[in-house]
Amino acid sequence: MALIENQIAEESDFRLSEATAGDYLALLKPRVMSLVVFTALVGLVVAPGTVNPIIATVAILAIAVGAGASGALNMWYDADIDAVMSRTAKRPIPSDRVTRGEALAFGMILSFLSVMTMGVLVNWLSAALLAFTIFFYAVVYTMWLKRSTPQNIVIGGAAGAFPPMIGWAAATNSIGFESLVLFLIIFLWTPPHFWALALFKSGDYELAGIPMLPNVAGERSTRRHIFGYALLVAPVGVLPFVLGFAGPVYGVVSAVLGALFIWYAWKVLCMPDSDRRMQPAKSLFRFSLIYLAAVFAVLLIESLAVNILAGWGA
Amino acid sequence: MAEEERLTLSDAQKKARRSRSIALGIALAALVIIFYVATIAKFGPALLERSM
Repeated sequence: MALIENQIAEESDFRLSEATAGDYLALLKPRVMSLVVFTALVGLVVAPGTVNPIIATVAILAIAVGAGASGALNMWYDADIDAVMSRTAKRPIPSDRVTRGEALAFGMILSFLSVMTMGVLVNWLSAALLAFTIFFYAVVYTMWLKRSTPQNIVIGGAAGAFPPMIGWAAATNSIGFESLVLFLIIFLWTPPHFWALALFKSGDYELAGIPMLPNVAGERSTRRHIFGYALLVAPVGVLPFVLGFAGPVYGVVSAVLGALFIWYAWKVLCMPDSDRRMQPAKSLFRFSLIYLAAVFAVLLIESLAVNILAGWGA
Repeated sequence: MAEEERLTLSDAQKKARRSRSIALGIALAALVIIFYVATIAKFGPALLERSM
């Protein structure tokens, strides 16, 4: 009905919404969601055995919606700090297009729907992992760690590392050692990726009162941390080849990209304190995105190629 | 209820509501199709077999 009673309109917390479907879509953090979908797909495809393509599609959809739901819950809780950071000020809640209550309800309903769909149509192990991931991102990272410790991104990064494990569990109804390796790659990649961003956006985080490493431990310490994690992520990135669930193409690509990751991190380590443009940090941030996408893309393509060749040979 | 006691939505509010309604309709239709197709995929031909 287009007409609303005056009595209701006079209540202080009532307002007529001007939020479009696009605003609700923005609550789902589509860019983060795309990376989650991609890494989950890799976990699902790389896993041994076959899975019905329709069930696989449902699993990926449920993971995408679950990731989006946790994004909406994150925006509900973080609306106050989003409003003061330039990178996030235009999000639907700070720009007053969606209320916090609407975002909370949206996030909770989508969380429930995605987990139940995963459980009923795929399997309950992957549903449990999806539920835990949403909980971990919304509660452990957003509500607890983000505002209380500069190590927020180290532990919180686990939330972003779970999707390939969920994909693997959707395909096999188990947690394989291989999926733990995929988890580890993203888990170790996350801190240097976000700290590179935090270096050239430290003013933003300081303004919002978030204890990111550069404004708590200092830029020099952050640069050392970034380099240390680069030394870890590079060899771990090659592990799928070493352990035999990825082929030689992956081995070569991951080794070269890992070496480049260390080189970019080295440039950040050598960055003088007086450098305010922070070009090396910006370059590392961009490269880290390419690194993760490329490593998982090669793993996916190689696995698909092997499956197709095996199909022809059969 | 008298006409003066009611509010009329502005054009922006009507446009936004229409956008939300269409998205909700598409999402619900997609959910129905997903559950229908996935149920058949999960249970296979056995779903259509029944004892006489």
